[in-house]
Amino acid sequence: MAESVGRNHPRSEWLARAMVWSAAALVTVTFCCILGNILWQGLSHISWTFLTAPPRNAGREGGIGPILVSTGLILGVCLSVSLPIGIGAAVLLSEFTADDSVFGGLTRRSLDVLSGVPSIVFGLFGNAFFSKTLGLGFSILSGGLTLACMVLPILIRATEEGFRAVPQDYRLSAAALGLSRTTTLFHLLLPAAVPGLLVGLVLGVGRAIAETAALIFTSGYVDRMPASLMDSGRALSIHIFDLSMNVSGGDANAYASALVLVAALLMINSASDWAMDHWLQRRIVFA
Amino acid sequence: MKDLVKFRPWLPLEDRDACCVPSEFITSGKLSLQYGETSAFKDVSLAINKGCITAVVGPSGCGKTSFLLCLNRLIDLVPNARVSGTLTINRQDILSPATDLIRLRRQVGMIFQKPNPFPLSIRRNIEFPLHEHGVKDREQRAHILESTLREVGLFEEVKDRLDAPALSLSGGQQQRLCIARAIALAPEVLLFDEPCSALDPISSGVVEDLIAEMRGRYTVVIVTHNLAQARRIADYVAIFWTQDGAGKLIESGTAAAVFESPTHALTAAYIGGARG
Amino acid sequence: MSCILFPFNRDRIFIWVLRGFAAIAGAIVVLIVVFLLLEALPALRHVGILRFFTDPSWHPAEGFYNLTPMLWGTLFVMTGSVLIATPLGILSAVFCHFYAPRDVARLYRRLIGLLAGIPSVVYGFWGLVALVPFIGAIRPPGPSLLAGIVILTIMILPTIALMADASLANVPQQYLRGAAALGLPRWATIRGIVFPAAKSGLFTGVILETGRAIGETMAILMVCGNVVQTPHGLFDPMRTLTSNIALEMAYALGDHRAALFVSGLLLMAMIVALVIAAEWISRGRIYG
Repeated sequence: MAESVGRNHPRSEWLARAMVWSAAALVTVTFCCILGNILWQGLSHISWTFLTAPPRNAGREGGIGPILVSTGLILGVCLSVSLPIGIGAAVLLSEFTADDSVFGGLTRRSLDVLSGVPSIVFGLFGNAFFSKTLGLGFSILSGGLTLACMVLPILIRATEEGFRAVPQDYRLSAAALGLSRTTTLFHLLLPAAVPGLLVGLVLGVGRAIAETAALIFTSGYVDRMPASLMDSGRALSIHIFDLSMNVSGGDANAYASALVLVAALLMINSASDWAMDHWLQRRIVFA
Repeated sequence: MKDLVKFRPWLPLEDRDACCVPSEFITSGKLSLQYGETSAFKDVSLAINKGCITAVVGPSGCGKTSFLLCLNRLIDLVPNARVSGTLTINRQDILSPATDLIRLRRQVGMIFQKPNPFPLSIRRNIEFPLHEHGVKDREQRAHILESTLREVGLFEEVKDRLDAPALSLSGGQQQRLCIARAIALAPEVLLFDEPCSALDPISSGVVEDLIAEMRGRYTVVIVTHNLAQARRIADYVAIFWTQDGAGKLIESGTAAAVFESPTHALTAAYIGGARG
Repeated sequence: MSCILFPFNRDRIFIWVLRGFAAIAGAIVVLIVVFLLLEALPALRHVGILRFFTDPSWHPAEGFYNLTPMLWGTLFVMTGSVLIATPLGILSAVFCHFYAPRDVARLYRRLIGLLAGIPSVVYGFWGLVALVPFIGAIRPPGPSLLAGIVILTIMILPTIALMADASLANVPQQYLRGAAALGLPRWATIRGIVFPAAKSGLFTGVILETGRAIGETMAILMVCGNVVQTPHGLFDPMRTLTSNIALEMAYALGDHRAALFVSGLLLMAMIVALVIAAEWISRGRIYG
């Protein structure tokens, strides 16, 4: 709604217009500075060798091959645990729980709190529970399970939205035809709710890849190619952190790694935007 | 509490007082409106007289509301809308780009079909537009607040809760508040877009009576598809109908002329209930 | 959501499986609090809660566990960034809805979305290599409260901007039409009608961004200098509760480690308070 108003603009209208445009300009300039800097400094170091070779000299030279593999494995563990639990919980909350049930209310509230918990606290928890108590030590498994806890609220919320978008008529006609709830769920509702699910998946993956603090004390720092899930592995975000803070002269490769990470996330976010625009009516906004 | 149901004596149309010495106030010359490729209405040439109540009637979809939106240039808010032809209010061309829209919309008030008070208190609903249009003195605003609420018959009902949310009022009260809000700016023209269709019958009657009392003080243009309502309150009537895929003005004149002796066959059919 | 009775047995088993999953999901938060408490217990017992605020300083090697410098660090950096990001974010949303041409608005929204997707470590890295030297040139040393505030502002801006955008979109069109019909100019409409109508969404956005500001670790770690001191000026280096944990966890043992878990509990408490506030606001009055 941008309509032109009459001639006699009082001063406050011009001031407001100036303020709004300045704010937008400031944000745009800042963003271009940051992204431009990373692009400019990092692009020259990216090559196929960079993406596949192992790091040498503490990461100053070489590439990020094993690191990409570790990141992928951590992500894999995270998703394979959080997807079934998340979808199951979402199905229960949206399909089989009354709106005023105590169990449903408690679960939802605890998920709300969970989505606000700082990532470093997840790191502490992961370290205490997965690494120490369950004895997994510094491992990809440990890191992946911690990330699964972080990603769960996002998945559940998005899947619930997906189910909410399915019209009530589907359920009523299925019941009228004498179909069991399970059948209705698997054959009718889940397929219809897939868009919401996919959106949640994409959002969750985006959050997981960007995570650093939760992984430092759970999946560790080792930058070799991991041999199993119990091995420690370094995620891409941690590699950037290490190169910039602990390795002098590591800036060049840090820029390149940052560019790879940002590019991957940009692709994922575009996919989620596209998915949301095309499938979901409402926009899901997260912290 | 004001007597909600008032029975007006139903005089035959010829016996009603003339509203005024007919003098043209709003004139449209071959006014046409297009939404992209579709035509909303075409070649509407209508003269609306000052101080009189003009009802724009016709079945739904023939451009009545769109015509109304042109009168205060609210059509500018609709993307892809293109207006052609001439439209003058008090001999001033209001379609020209040089028109001061703020001043125009102060002089031409509009009341919508669904009551839309702002999510503010009753007091703020009326005082906020006043403040924006330059009434800086608090006492003056309070005075206008009270007099407009009295004019629409709301004052006694809400005087103890002027700071309560406007959305807590009933539908009929909200619509009367919207009328008060428009009147507060001292307009010369009031546009009503089916003001009673979203209200219950009793509130509807109250609002209708209010509009009828405006004769002589405001130039009223009321869009309605309730023929009985038009018969009750209108001095002049304009009949819209869809022809060749666009709305057209097929007949206009005094209420007596149009209702008792229509010239167009469609008008006769519409009024007789055979069509529309 | 739908409570149609289910007569099939197969359904009952399935529902119990689902209940199990939901219980796991719901239990995670409880598990977190429990484990934090378990790990923090030694410190709470040996050191005692009061000493976390009254000890001479934070110096675990000598047995001093005062968290207040870090607490002030967290509060300062959070306040500074929220104060700057909120008006910028809300004005950005106003820009998209009311002032920008349609194409520009679409591009700008995409830009904000992109900003939201950049990981904190990348922001921290940029801060380290570009912002900190710049600040250092104005007033050494460079890593400082100011750097933290600037970076954090950039990071939480998309949160409030996107929430504000959604809230403004939910303001009913009829209010805007009514305001236009009354001849109200644009900013007056936004100020007097749109903002009150979007109030609860905007407040929720502020709460969310505050939570994000409190919890941010990596970027702060990389640009704030990590000196244990209560910052007395914008250019002082400092530490927050979060960066404190991240820095020392790697080598902390015994009471030191437990003390870090205590600060983790403190963070949890702040977040829970925010979530309660958010629920109270959004469930409460719809408008003023």
